[in-house]
Amino acid sequence: MKKVSQIQTLVIDGKEVGGRHDETILQVARENDIFIPTLCHLDGLTEYGGCRMCIVEIKGMPRLTPSCTTLIREGMVVTTNSERIMEYRRGILALLFTERNHICSACVSNGHCELQGLALKLGLTHVEFPYIFPKMPVDATHDRFIADHNRCVLCSRCVRVCHEVEGAHTKDIMGRGITARIITDLMQDWGESKTCTGCGKCVHVCPTGALTEKGKSVAEMEKRRQFLPYLKLMRERS
Amino acid sequence: MGKIKFATTWLDGCSGCHMSLLDIDERILDVLSAADIVYGPLVDFKDFPQGVDVTFVEGAVSSDEDEEKIIKIRQNTKTLVSFGDCAITANIPGMRNYYPTKDIFQRAYFENADINHKTPLIGIPHLLPQTRPIHEVVTVDIFLPGCPPPADVIFFAITELLQGRIPDLTGKTRFGK
Ligand code: SF4
Ligand code: SF4
Ligand code: SF4
Ligand code: FES
Repeated sequence: MKKVSQIQTLVIDGKEVGGRHDETILQVARENDIFIPTLCHLDGLTEYGGCRMCIVEIKGMPRLTPSCTTLIREGMVVTTNSERIMEYRRGILALLFTERNHICSACVSNGHCELQGLALKLGLTHVEFPYIFPKMPVDATHDRFIADHNRCVLCSRCVRVCHEVEGAHTKDIMGRGITARIITDLMQDWGESKTCTGCGKCVHVCPTGALTEKGKSVAEMEKRRQFLPYLKLMRERS
Repeated sequence: MGKIKFATTWLDGCSGCHMSLLDIDERILDVLSAADIVYGPLVDFKDFPQGVDVTFVEGAVSSDEDEEKIIKIRQNTKTLVSFGDCAITANIPGMRNYYPTKDIFQRAYFENADINHKTPLIGIPHLLPQTRPIHEVVTVDIFLPGCPPPADVIFFAITELLQGRIPDLTGKTRFGK
């Protein structure tokens, strides 16, 4: 039996909105021009729910909930931008900045970076937590790409695109918490990888200057993401 | 009402933020009509005075001298502005933080030097183990990010402060700008 999609109604930021039962709060919010910041979410990839930028308040639930992984329900009352939410979002961003080394002025992604853009948009002008300044490696062994762990926010977009779209599953995450790291194959140099097809999808979905093309100088690395919704649409059609 | 006492100075920075400040061009005359510049590289006074209303500090805290300076500035300033990315994040000067200072001296004064292999120790400030943002050392009131912050944003911030308002910098400038 074909499942019929049900329309459900809910309230987001005081606005009555509707969506299909299998849509997330984030999707419905965006369809209604309500802005919710995201970092690990990317149209065309499965949801990961890891970055927590997209947290919202749902009436009756004490805890904040990621809107990218929560489906809508009839009668839900959602708030997307209370002072409490903004505080948490800025806190999360601040932690991302302290955990690695983000020196925007010397970064190839300066001016085109989603992390930097979020700081601007959410009014994060400084970071209250002490910076860790970890010594992080840079993998420049690939012919055309560089992985700079100083700039990684562990959003896992590269892992997902490589697995779900390219079908190579070259990238993965090793370790947990603050010691977690993006790896190539079984923690080999990217240039030695037997599985990487060199497609560059990971580079272009990466929100920061962590995965980039070689030969770019400061602020020169612009990412192209248009291919992803397009590929997805074509695959759904066929 | 007398004029506002306005000071600027730099710690471990490249003076780029001050260059950007000078890029406000003739609008510096507007600043001077509301404020006296009582200290900084733009004027010639030896000691940081008391009772300063607003101080812009460029650069991070890298040496014992920087540390002494910023503590004195904080004691004598009502509104302290962290001016630029080096002041706020440690930025480029902070890139030494991944290495112990002895390795840095080794690199600078031995490996990269052709003659006179020795680390200078007398008559110069001593490096702290790490370069830190200003607000990790003293309390900061306003943060003006950018490398350097754009002149228009600097002028906006100064104008607001001179009129006794806290500038709302949301969306105006960012790290790396
Ligand atoms: S990745 Fe983004 S936030 Fe990090 S240094 Fe580069 S531009 Fe700045
Ligand atoms: S270039 Fe393509 S195959 Fe190689 S790691 Fe990136 S996404 Fe995977
Ligand atoms: S390398 Fe880029 S895409 Fe991959 S987890 Fe890090 S920030 Fe995300
Ligand atoms: S965008 Fe929802 S958790 Fe990352």
